Amino acid sequence: MDRAETAAKIAALIEPFNKKGVAICDATSFAGDLEFDSLTVMDFVAAIEDEFDIIISMNQQAEIENYSQLIDAVVKLQG
Amino acid sequence: MTDLFSKFDPLIEMRANLLASGVEDPFSLVMEKVLSPTVAVCNGRETILLGTYNYMGMTFDPDVIEAGKQALDDFGSGTTGSRVLNGTYAGHRAVEDALKEFYGMDHAMVFSTGYQANLGIISTVAGKGDYIVLDIDSHASIWDGCKMGDAEVVPFKHNDIEAMEKRLKRIPEGAGKLVVLEGVYSMLGDIAPLKEMIRIAKENGAMVLVDEAHSMGFIGPNGRGVAEEQGVLDDVDFVIGTFSKSVGTVGGFCVSNHPKFEILRLVCRPYVFTASLPPSVVHTAATSIRKLMHAGNKRAHLWENSRTLHKGLRDKGFQLGTEEPQSAIISVIMPDLERGAAMWEALLHEGLYVNLARPPATPANMTLLRCSLCAEHTAEQVQTIIGMFERAGKRAAII
Repeated sequence: MDRAETAAKIAALIEPFNKKGVAICDATSFAGDLEFDSLTVMDFVAAIEDEFDIIISMNQQAEIENYSQLIDAVVKLQG
Repeated sequence: MTDLFSKFDPLIEMRANLLASGVEDPFSLVMEKVLSPTVAVCNGRETILLGTYNYMGMTFDPDVIEAGKQALDDFGSGTTGSRVLNGTYAGHRAVEDALKEFYGMDHAMVFSTGYQANLGIISTVAGKGDYIVLDIDSHASIWDGCKMGDAEVVPFKHNDIEAMEKRLKRIPEGAGKLVVLEGVYSMLGDIAPLKEMIRIAKENGAMVLVDEAHSMGFIGPNGRGVAEEQGVLDDVDFVIGTFSKSVGTVGGFCVSNHPKFEILRLVCRPYVFTASLPPSVVHTAATSIRKLMHAGNKRAHLWENSRTLHKGLRDKGFQLGTEEPQSAIISVIMPDLERGAAMWEALLHEGLYVNLARPPATPANMTLLRCSLCAEHTAEQVQTIIGMFERAGKRAAII
């Protein structure tokens, strides 16, 4: 799956978690802009993992702060 | 200069707001006198203890106390040394022998606390390139063990068998896998479906660690915990436990049948680089563990207490953490921290101590009044407790 396709899928997956309807761009941060708490992060990560059949370990999650970094990570993890 | 304490400001403010409402500080209560496993004096008031994890009431057992006194006379007040240097006394061996017998396992390793047992075993056993798959509601000591080690950490939704299996199957081939579970989860008092989870873990080539801190002594035919109750103890590679609950003192342990287990004594840093437990503690623990092997009547009474309290509170209209009583923990769900603290204080004024548990220690940001029963609570005390809950619940407008 290429980057654009991956990005489109992730954008759709974020929707139900984006409670405040924040406009999403590459720099949108999960903790700051989207105000994800730890429980939301778990559910969101699980949704991404199930969609792409990958694991994003907590060690890897620690490196992912914004939308664009997530897309990069998921592209890479799909190999 | 940046004040390194500024990161604590939100918590300081939350605490200040709570105390400004006039409520007694739930996190700095002092037990002035302890009269028995179930009664203490707090603020000059005789108080029933319902939040101590002292499940089997061993803290005042005459044999246990005598063993401790004798050890103080015979071995002194402390070892002043690590287990691997000058800190292994006869009592440390004796308590490890008692544990091996209690669990029917080949090896036992005693740590200075239960926290250190999880910290040490998890961080040492799972190393770089290995994967730890664990329940998201795991105890802080498990999370800290993960953080201290170098393994990849993969959490799954609480007690969700399918979520666990999916993650296990996605782990790269050849990588080492450790599944970490708890028998009883202490916040809501619910148990894990260990039978299915351990089967799946084994099918996927993982080693399994189960923390049975909140089940020792009264769950399972021999009190070995939830894994024994569900018939899967033989498939558990490491059981973690504690002396600070049913055993009635302090300390932690790991028991295992792994043939190479003993090497951990040399490589596990939270075991090596700390002083060993005082002789009085290991002698009280060994005596207590041996008595717990034959505590069938106490066990039955503890379950009776748990069922009575669960039904009593539910009938009064409280919302509880589990539909049925699954352990000796009955968790009462509060609408928010403010009202939870008010209810906690109202109970204290009634003469009842329970644990106030709040986020981030709790799942789903809940505020809980956590009750842990003791085999030494009388049936009459349990009825008194239900009455106290009813009055306090009405005063704090919870029911």
